[in-house]
Amino acid sequence: MDAKDREILRVLESDSRIGHEDLGTMLNLSKAEIIKRISAMEKTGVIRKYTAVIDWKKAGDDGVTAVVEVKVSPESEFGYDRIADRVARFPEVKSLRLVTGSYDLQLIVCGRTMQEVSEFVSGQIASLESIRETVTHIVMKTYKEYGCELQRSEGVERLPYSF
Amino acid sequence: MAVNYREVKGSSGSHIVSERRLSDTRKRYVSERAEMIPPSGIRKFFDLLLTMNDVISLGVGEPDFNTPWNVSVAGIDSVERGATAYTSNKGLEELRDLISSYLISRYGTSYDPQNEIIITGGVSEGLDLAVRTVVDPGDEVLVADPCYVSYSPCVTLAGGIPITLPCPAEDEFRITPDTLMEKITRKTKLLMMNFPNNPTGGVMKQGDLEAIADILVDHDLLLLSDEIYSELTYEGRHVSPASIDSLWERTITLNGFSKAYSMTGWRVGYFCAPPEITAAALKIHQYVMLCAPTMSQYAAVEALKHAEEAKDRMVAEFRMRRNLFVAGLNRIGLPCHLPKGAFYAFPSIESTGLSDEDFAERLLVEHQVAVAPGSAFGPSGIGHIRCAYAVSREDLDEAVKRIGEFIDSL
Ligand SMILES: Cc1ncc(COP(=O)(O)O)c(C=O)c1O
Repeated sequence: MDAKDREILRVLESDSRIGHEDLGTMLNLSKAEIIKRISAMEKTGVIRKYTAVIDWKKAGDDGVTAVVEVKVSPESEFGYDRIADRVARFPEVKSLRLVTGSYDLQLIVCGRTMQEVSEFVSGQIASLESIRETVTHIVMKTYKEYGCELQRSEGVERLPYSF
Repeated sequence: MAVNYREVKGSSGSHIVSERRLSDTRKRYVSERAEMIPPSGIRKFFDLLLTMNDVISLGVGEPDFNTPWNVSVAGIDSVERGATAYTSNKGLEELRDLISSYLISRYGTSYDPQNEIIITGGVSEGLDLAVRTVVDPGDEVLVADPCYVSYSPCVTLAGGIPITLPCPAEDEFRITPDTLMEKITRKTKLLMMNFPNNPTGGVMKQGDLEAIADILVDHDLLLLSDEIYSELTYEGRHVSPASIDSLWERTITLNGFSKAYSMTGWRVGYFCAPPEITAAALKIHQYVMLCAPTMSQYAAVEALKHAEEAKDRMVAEFRMRRNLFVAGLNRIGLPCHLPKGAFYAFPSIESTGLSDEDFAERLLVEHQVAVAPGSAFGPSGIGHIRCAYAVSREDLDEAVKRIGEFIDSL
């Protein structure tokens, strides 16, 4: 990993569809060099996935998203890792982090209905042995996701022509 | 994103005042000096643009980024706090201190915040201020050409005589000692220049500046250096003329926040010069401007303190777009120097056989891409078009495609 790799990553993070040729032109590298660097980063897992940021509300989806705070009793041998691993395997869990503060794990959980989300949390998460407490916050509105402001059109108002 | 200007609210022709009334009133009331300023070359394109749909405009001379949010917040906070009164004429002391430290650490130019810096309403005010401070009626002012559209009018308004100093493509848009020597007369007082340059993207390196420094000294000329694009330098580092010892005492350095921090609407910049010149300029500034907008000065403080990373990200984005766009222009057969600074490409369109005006007009009407004709920036711009790459990469791709189609259709 060097400065050029990091530049490649920053561009990909803002636009993962960009072509290798263009990326090379932008960063003063040959197309072959770009391909070599990107595949190295894919192999080592620096680049995990190419994806899209989607405004599901706009797509007409009325599913439910929740932020779930979870208090955990760490296990003597594994700390938080083993329980986190078990929680992470549920496809309903979109992201999972260990955080500092008044609780330990923070989950983003998605489901079709409130009922489904709450059943999942109480049935599959709260019931795990080392989990002491869960607090579920239903998302009311998403303002920003992966750096994209969803409620506001980004960009500046400019005159169409100026010297 | 291509824009339908026809549908943009408020873009009707309401600005068109009755021509007849204007001409009567004009004769009776408008000063000869004001009449000497030619009408803006922009109007025609602006009006044309407003009748059109699906336009990609490469005609915009300002960044397409929002002001970094923390900087905007500093402006908002100052208003909320009630800091809405005048500041001192020179501007906030904290801002002058920060500018002084920034200039010495970034460019090695030393200016005392107490008596060598004035905060201005953008470099626009700085240009007028500088010219009026040093130019007497009849003085000749060399204007490095092509240049920003306000240069010659500022000189004219001060009673000076603007003299074109050509910086053509074959000189990589730089000032050379030979052309400079050719234009100097007994009446020459000042050289006005802007590097990195609008519209060419050209820069003057250390050696280029040293090559003209002796001439300026020998002929006792002053230098007005507009460095508004200094942060947008993509090859090597920006060299500020006042960092050259022999030039400091004869240089007025202008810079500002508009381009580097995407703060065009805030109207804040600065004027730096030796103390005697600064004191004289302050007399004019205090009566015509009083002080730069207070909230903008607080925002500028935040920009210098906490916006380096945001600035670097914008500069990196401009550099990538430049590489992409210039490669695209060369691919479609519009030869273009790699601009070393600012956010403009200035390709020659001579191979098409069209004048730059016709090229720009037909490109807009037939292929919905707006560019500025090079001749609008002075005689050395003839045969070129200015394309501002301050638009998204998708728009640049689309613009290159459309320009290519236009050229193929000729
Ligand atoms: C060369 C040059 N000088 C000055 C200005 C005006 O800058 P400001 O916004 O600081 O008045 C511009 C704006 O386009 C410019 O291109």
